[in-house]
Amino acid sequence: MFDSISLYSLEVYWWLLVSILGALFVFMTFVQGGQTLLNTLAKTEDEKDLIINVLGRKWELSFSALVMFGGALFAAFPLFYAVSFGGAYYVWMAILFCFIIQAVAYEYRKKPDNVYGQIFYEKLLFINGSLGIFLIGVALGTLYTGGYFIVDEMHLSHWTKQSYGLEALLVPFNVAFGLMLFFISRITASLYFYNHLCHRKIEKRVLQTLKHNTLAFLPLFLYVAITMLLQDGYTYDPITKVVTIESMKILHNFTVYPILFTILIIGVGLVLYGIYLALQKQNKKAFWVAGIGFVVTVTLLLFILGINHTVFYPSLANMQSSLTIENSSGSHYTLVVMSIVSLLIPIVLGYIFFVWRSMDKTQMTIEEIKSDPHHY
Amino acid sequence: MEHTDLLIDWSRAQFALTALYHWLFVPLTLGLTFIVAIMETIYVRTGDIWWKKTTKFWMGLLAINFAIGLATGIIMEFEFGTNWSNYAWIVGDIFGAPLAIEGLMAFFMESTFFAVMFFGWDKVSKKMHLTSTWLVAIGSNLSALWILIANGWMQHPVGMHFNPDTARNEMENFWEVFFNPNGVSKFLHTVSSGYVLASLFVIAISAWYLLKNRNILFAKRSIIVASSFGLITSLFLLTSGDESAFQVAQEQPMKLAAMEGLYIGEERAGIVAMGLLNTEKVLGDENDVFHFKFEIPNALSFLGYHSLDAFVPGIHDLVYGNKEHHIISVSQKMQKGKKAVEALKHYKTYKKEGNSKKAIEALKVFEANQAYMGYGYLNKPEDAVPNVALTFYSFHTMVGLGTWFLLLFILTLYFSMNNQIAQKKWLLYAGLFTLPMGYIAQEAGWIVAEAGRQPWAIQDLLPVGMAASNVASTSVMITFWLFAVLFTGLLIAEIKIMLKQIKIGPEGAHEHV
Repeated sequence: MFDSISLYSLEVYWWLLVSILGALFVFMTFVQGGQTLLNTLAKTEDEKDLIINVLGRKWELSFSALVMFGGALFAAFPLFYAVSFGGAYYVWMAILFCFIIQAVAYEYRKKPDNVYGQIFYEKLLFINGSLGIFLIGVALGTLYTGGYFIVDEMHLSHWTKQSYGLEALLVPFNVAFGLMLFFISRITASLYFYNHLCHRKIEKRVLQTLKHNTLAFLPLFLYVAITMLLQDGYTYDPITKVVTIESMKILHNFTVYPILFTILIIGVGLVLYGIYLALQKQNKKAFWVAGIGFVVTVTLLLFILGINHTVFYPSLANMQSSLTIENSSGSHYTLVVMSIVSLLIPIVLGYIFFVWRSMDKTQMTIEEIKSDPHHY
Repeated sequence: MEHTDLLIDWSRAQFALTALYHWLFVPLTLGLTFIVAIMETIYVRTGDIWWKKTTKFWMGLLAINFAIGLATGIIMEFEFGTNWSNYAWIVGDIFGAPLAIEGLMAFFMESTFFAVMFFGWDKVSKKMHLTSTWLVAIGSNLSALWILIANGWMQHPVGMHFNPDTARNEMENFWEVFFNPNGVSKFLHTVSSGYVLASLFVIAISAWYLLKNRNILFAKRSIIVASSFGLITSLFLLTSGDESAFQVAQEQPMKLAAMEGLYIGEERAGIVAMGLLNTEKVLGDENDVFHFKFEIPNALSFLGYHSLDAFVPGIHDLVYGNKEHHIISVSQKMQKGKKAVEALKHYKTYKKEGNSKKAIEALKVFEANQAYMGYGYLNKPEDAVPNVALTFYSFHTMVGLGTWFLLLFILTLYFSMNNQIAQKKWLLYAGLFTLPMGYIAQEAGWIVAEAGRQPWAIQDLLPVGMAASNVASTSVMITFWLFAVLFTGLLIAEIKIMLKQIKIGPEGAHEHV
């Protein structure tokens, strides 16, 4: 079935899948966003428990989404995995650190004899939600701004800066991208709480945080979007593979594929409409509307980097070392195998949807938490 | 790409640290998920609420362990990129696939149904809850399947070819990778070791309750379930261990020689049941290998080659060659390997220059020597020898303890069936103190598997020195210590929380049912 498809088409297919997985991960970061809102939204211990538990039902999914994103990148674009992870070493290691501490924090936070105390674990959750997401945003930002790497003739890579990725923090676009992701996670978290919790006081506070975080998000998004569209990009010749700079490359890509631009606008529209639904109509379904909007928007913003002979990871040390979906992908055979495996994705999404619905039939209350001895 | 020894040592140390910590938690999850699934099945079938309480107690302990297992696991996946980036390119086309499939097939299953298993008691039907518990068990074991297929491939690379244009190995037969005998036996051996550890865990805690004269019925019944499960899986562990050793003999003879401290190869080779290595011994000198040893005659020949008379090559034969047994020396392999490395470089240069005639010639030289390419990166023949003492003692510790576990399960099951277990204090103490030994055996097993195949990241194909990322060794040193402190801190918390929950006991879980 996939055998007859050309290598380039498979590369585009896998870039699309990676973009969708990345977008689904960004959507799932409502868990992290929620962690950073703990002390803003919860004023009593019961309220804290409620917030933690409604997030706690989903943290493993967000964890799995991150692992899956990494695994898909490894299998489909191993050179990116090698170059970025092995080069921007400190950034990725810091991200990993921020995720290790999340995994235990939910389970250990309220357990007796947890050595470091409840507040310590809540701080870990905050670090995961803030620094972790910000750094992932910075790392994603470098897909547009580039990294200092060289790939030699044997396809082995070297990073040319001794700061091993931390230099990305000096680029305003990357920082804005990181902050934007942080505020996205807090917006989706607010909408998630609004949808999943039954607690008048928290609901009221949630609408406030939604408003504040949207106000912070919008200028960042505008800055990122405009810069992305108008800045110089990198393109490569499909025959010679020589990389050159092209002004307004991303904008050019959207003009070549107006359908993608239309979908992007629909995505952004859904985000704004979702936020409007919550703030103005007090509609609890807003989470799903904005959630779908974010998934569509992020998918498009990543996908556009992989098509129309665009460089998706520019090298600032040697332009010809830049990564494209063509020079960094797995072999035709492996991409065929992985494409067959990708047919499982609808099944996985199906059971996640089914379980989500079964478990979240009713909104969570403080009484429910108290009656469950296994709560976090 | 030349890496400094320091960088390689720190990169290995960091991966070893992560893997050893990760493995403190995974085997318990692998086994305990099945044990709670069995207990919940009894509850659903009999409707006896007592079994529900018991299931919930063990599930509570599982949750504490599960979280930290996940935490340490995520790093391992990413370390293939951060610390082994050359590896990620050279074999990523094959190695990445099982990791991605693991994510898709196993992690989502585990994480989705984990939430139902812990929080869905009152939200979904009994049957759906039970199904979810089984799916968590299956999911965690599926995860092990894919990662062990990946590991098995590192020990015995199959189903691929080297593409000189991309300078990497590329997959050409997925089913060969999937059904790689090394991966299959590794999976069976590893998961069954997890079942054994989980059984030891349940027995140790139950034995403690019996010694404290509390939760008698709970403890007795738990011991019966765990002993039965442990006995069956121990037998399976033994069988799969035998198969694993057979695989090692065929594909990694150097590892087998190190496991047994066999320097000079021999026919009708025996297994050292117990021995003390001579630390003065250096490859090629006349010193004795052992200060003393007790040997089971012919057993190694049989274990490795299923023949009592078979010749088992020793470290000396494998390094310096043995004409009689057609073993070529490492230095010969290195010569061929260096030719392959050089030819590949020439091929790339000529290709770039557009000199196709010379490129074809270089390619021919490369193809003639390609099988030994990995050896081309070694500096001296002795580099092909792993740490013998570490491999030998780890192997013998694992086997010795595994044998004791089997005996323990027989005894606990026998006295449980006769309802005498509560009176056998010595056996209860033995059950209690065997638990740490279970963890030691687990770690020892992985040390044999990984340290025993040094210097190879991919057997005969890619030495660790070539596989590492090109980062500064100080960077790796910094992250090593950060991880060491973090993991240790979390481990301390995990143990204290676990002990507290055990002290609280099943009554805590029972109150709320």
